[in-house]
Amino acid sequence: MNEKYETHEHDVIVIGAGGAGLRAAIECSALGAKTALICKSLLGKAHTVMAEGGVAAALAHVDAQDSWRTHFQDTLFGGKYLNNWRMAELHAREAPERVRELERWGAVFDRTPDGKILQRAFGGHTYRRLAHVGDRTGLELIRTLQDKGVHQGIDVFMECTITKLLKDGERVCGAFGYWRETGRFVVYKAKAVVLATGGIGKCYKITSNSWESTGDGHALGYEAGAELVDMEFVQFHPTGMVWPPGVMGLLVTEAVRGEGGILRNNQGERFMEKYDPKRMDLSTRDVVARAIYTEVKEGRGSPHGGCFLDISHRKAPYIRQKLPSMYHQFKELADVDITKEPMEVGPTSHYTMGGIKVDADTGASTVPGLYAAGECTGGVNGANRLGGNSLSDLLVFGRRAGAGAAEYANRAAPPRIDQTQVENAAGEMIGFFDRPGAADPYKLHVDLQNTMQNLAGIFREEKDLTMAVARLEDLQRRAAHVGVVEGQRMYNPGWHLCRDLHNMLICSQAIVRAALLRKESRGAHSRLDFPKYDEYWGEHNIVIKKEPDGMKVQARPVVKVAELIPLVDEKKAKETK
Amino acid sequence: MSIRTFSVWRGDKNGGRFVEYQVEVEEGMVVLDAIHQIQRTQAHDLACRWNCKAAKCGSCSAEVNGRPRLMCKTRLDALPVGEMVRIQPLQTFPIIRDLVTDVSWNYQVNKKIPPFAPRPDASWVMLQQDVNRAQEFRKCIECFLCQNVCHVLREHERKSEFFGPRFFVRIASLQMHPMDSLDRLPLLKNEAGLGLCNITKCCTEVCPEDIHITDNAIIPLKERVVDRYYDPIQILLRKIKGEKASHAGGK
Amino acid sequence: MAQTGSVLERNGLGVTARRDAWWLQPLLVFLGLTAFGVYAMWAAWQGNNYLYQAHGAYYLSPFYSPDLHVLFGIQLPFSFAFLILWIPLGFRATCYYYRKAYYRSYFLDPPACAVGEPKGRCYRGERAFPFILQNFHRYFFYLATLLLLSLWYDAVRSFFFRDPAGQLHFGVGVGSLVLLFNVLTLSAFTLGCNSLRHLVGGRLDCFSCSAAARTRHKLWSGVSLLNLKHAPWAWISLFAVGFADLYVRLCAMGVWHDVRIF
Repeated sequence: MNEKYETHEHDVIVIGAGGAGLRAAIECSALGAKTALICKSLLGKAHTVMAEGGVAAALAHVDAQDSWRTHFQDTLFGGKYLNNWRMAELHAREAPERVRELERWGAVFDRTPDGKILQRAFGGHTYRRLAHVGDRTGLELIRTLQDKGVHQGIDVFMECTITKLLKDGERVCGAFGYWRETGRFVVYKAKAVVLATGGIGKCYKITSNSWESTGDGHALGYEAGAELVDMEFVQFHPTGMVWPPGVMGLLVTEAVRGEGGILRNNQGERFMEKYDPKRMDLSTRDVVARAIYTEVKEGRGSPHGGCFLDISHRKAPYIRQKLPSMYHQFKELADVDITKEPMEVGPTSHYTMGGIKVDADTGASTVPGLYAAGECTGGVNGANRLGGNSLSDLLVFGRRAGAGAAEYANRAAPPRIDQTQVENAAGEMIGFFDRPGAADPYKLHVDLQNTMQNLAGIFREEKDLTMAVARLEDLQRRAAHVGVVEGQRMYNPGWHLCRDLHNMLICSQAIVRAALLRKESRGAHSRLDFPKYDEYWGEHNIVIKKEPDGMKVQARPVVKVAELIPLVDEKKAKETK
Repeated sequence: MSIRTFSVWRGDKNGGRFVEYQVEVEEGMVVLDAIHQIQRTQAHDLACRWNCKAAKCGSCSAEVNGRPRLMCKTRLDALPVGEMVRIQPLQTFPIIRDLVTDVSWNYQVNKKIPPFAPRPDASWVMLQQDVNRAQEFRKCIECFLCQNVCHVLREHERKSEFFGPRFFVRIASLQMHPMDSLDRLPLLKNEAGLGLCNITKCCTEVCPEDIHITDNAIIPLKERVVDRYYDPIQILLRKIKGEKASHAGGK
Repeated sequence: MAQTGSVLERNGLGVTARRDAWWLQPLLVFLGLTAFGVYAMWAAWQGNNYLYQAHGAYYLSPFYSPDLHVLFGIQLPFSFAFLILWIPLGFRATCYYYRKAYYRSYFLDPPACAVGEPKGRCYRGERAFPFILQNFHRYFFYLATLLLLSLWYDAVRSFFFRDPAGQLHFGVGVGSLVLLFNVLTLSAFTLGCNSLRHLVGGRLDCFSCSAAARTRHKLWSGVSLLNLKHAPWAWISLFAVGFADLYVRLCAMGVWHDVRIF
């Protein structure tokens, strides 16, 4: 019926081939669903490779006292109790099995002296908990899943961008996209769709994220009617490179501090003593990022506007073994030998806690047939994510969303594609070629990034956020005029950016509006005009939904689990002591 | 800040040419920064792959002044000053557009390699010394620079009978995994074309992850193949010991 | 301003976009190996002046070790060095490092990385005759190890000098040091052999699974360490062995006078 464009039919399509997407696709296909995996880049290049430090799982190989309960408590404390409790529970309970499963699929983790999976310390984790492979854990994870996946018969569609979810009444029934290589359009018919598109980092100027992190899943889901949650919480990783300019924002793994790295200001002081004397350098990321920002702002920063991170007190061979890519990264890109000199680091936009609101057990969004997993979902991390919890998150919930989608597809009727939706989506993409005197998408992107960086960054306040709302509206208007200045449809990044801007604008608006509503400081969200916790907001998440008259932002009570209340109370009591 | 000239290959499978761009260069800049600047300010449609910008994903492979490199890792101050910087796509793979090539052949090859298959009795107790070799091989970021530079593929175009260094590294990581149970030596000798490699080590020279591809992966695999197929003493010993030992050198 | 030119014009000797002196290394290797080869042929051809025995010394050229005349008393119509030299020649010719070196500099296959090769050759790699014989490298290693033992004997022997009464005394001449240096570098080269690395432990998949495996892991680690510098040892030992022959030869010819240090 729809042969105008290349069409593929599957039971489930998974959009995004990072850890979450791969894990979801593996589960889907293992359950017998015909599964497609669609990704914007080549397979295995997703941002998961940048996860360096490790995967948090209470295996208790190194610290025998560890258990899923402690992991659950740590996660909630890190998320300032805004997490979806059920998600945090499943996450903590299932992470160890997911890690062991990875090993059975061929992942080769670093070992303890008695031959088990080694675990390292990380910010906010009570015990040494992160299973790791030097500082390239994400690569290990993605390669393992990739090889497991391709040999299991998943159909992989590489370098294909999805621009629209297609709907059949209320339910999702497929997706529309284009091949980056040829610019030709493609239609995927599916009974269920799993979004696993990762983050929104490209909304910010200084970011550790790649070009792919344009909030596609957030925007696709939002436009299809799914609810977003916790969008105000954008994690600034405390340690990104600050020099040279070309690599500003590039991640410096928390494993540096996990292995004993110390933060100092230009006076040589261990300034974390002032901000979190208990956890010091391994405090949660929100605290450390604010601390560094404050030190720099008050004139105690390093020459290039960061602070110093020093690991040189450890022995050189140890550093090279445990942090090989950091060693090379600084050696080659910044001429700094980290075994001898301190690094210069500063906060960089790294991760979004917010995303599509999903059912904890199945990954189902509020739209029938639409599932989501990984960074593009919200809930498990609350107001702030602990390092190492993203890799475990995507394994646990990737699997659950895959199972959820496969199960849904099993009982769903065959999808029916609405040709009008397809033509509209095609028209939108073609439209970018049809604008004489088109505005420059690159210029617009820079303006967007500056707006978000300056007005909705680490510290926020009413007047900045209000200004950001106005600027975003203006950018939205300008976005209607961006177009292709040169080139055709074949592999044309300028054209691609025109469409990506649309997604980034939706995410930016969601971030700013939620941030404006949350009148308190909590986790990654710091308001200069409301510097304290607020009791009401401590019990509420902010949910965003697309309504006919625009973006609707509302507060909704935190999802709690009655049986877990004693655990949470115990943690609260311990931390207030 | 100074101005440098970049000569970038622009075109597609029907042909192309080098186009010169002037780029403002600041301290510490890498080639990929320059490409991005050109993209942003002078040629919106300049096609190139990149992702992490930190030498961890292996997307931005190209040939800079004729040398296969990751653009994100090639500092401008390491290139001869005052000379034009010439950037062209990988030569071994079909051109898609500008600096983007069709590397899908590599993914097809990967599918031919039997994946990890743990022994039924695997204990999963492995010491660090048991996994060091596999870990080195698993550092591979699949930038395909080794595939690009390998003359068996680049000059002799033997893609149909040769897997290339990347996949010898992959096979080595499986073959030397203490818990793996499969024997991939027949595959190596026959379909993978290990014998076509003449160990001239260009793969090792270009590897951005410093994997000792030739010495630690290819040569040990060649020696295992010798054990199985060429060494008369080993073959005789296996005959004497019986069929069970026939997997020696493999599994 | 723009230039034209397709990218895909990669066939043909020396076609490359590289601008560095890529030709330098293969040229130096070519000259080095050729020079050594010519000298070694000449020295082996001579059949004389391979033993220096003046002043109680006993320096035997490594090209003529073991001394087949002394061992078996045989007389041949040609220099007996030819009965020996095929072993180190075969060992080095099938060595994984030298293969790289001469495939590049003699066969230009490839001349250097990302540099074009001569057009229109049929490439068969190491899958067909003659290069399939490279697979027998380990047998040359076994034989070379035997020669190495002989060279160690010669080196130790060179530290003993016969007095006029016929008694042997420990002593050190420059020639003793030359022969010791020779055998040390040859050992470092031989014991870093990739085949040895495989046989001694590399063929195991698990290094901790038995006591024997743990021992073999230690040996493998040691060989691996030498193997890391296999190429430099290949060149140093090549120079050392050539120089040792030259030294003994010049002494024996009376051109050069050995100095007794101790």
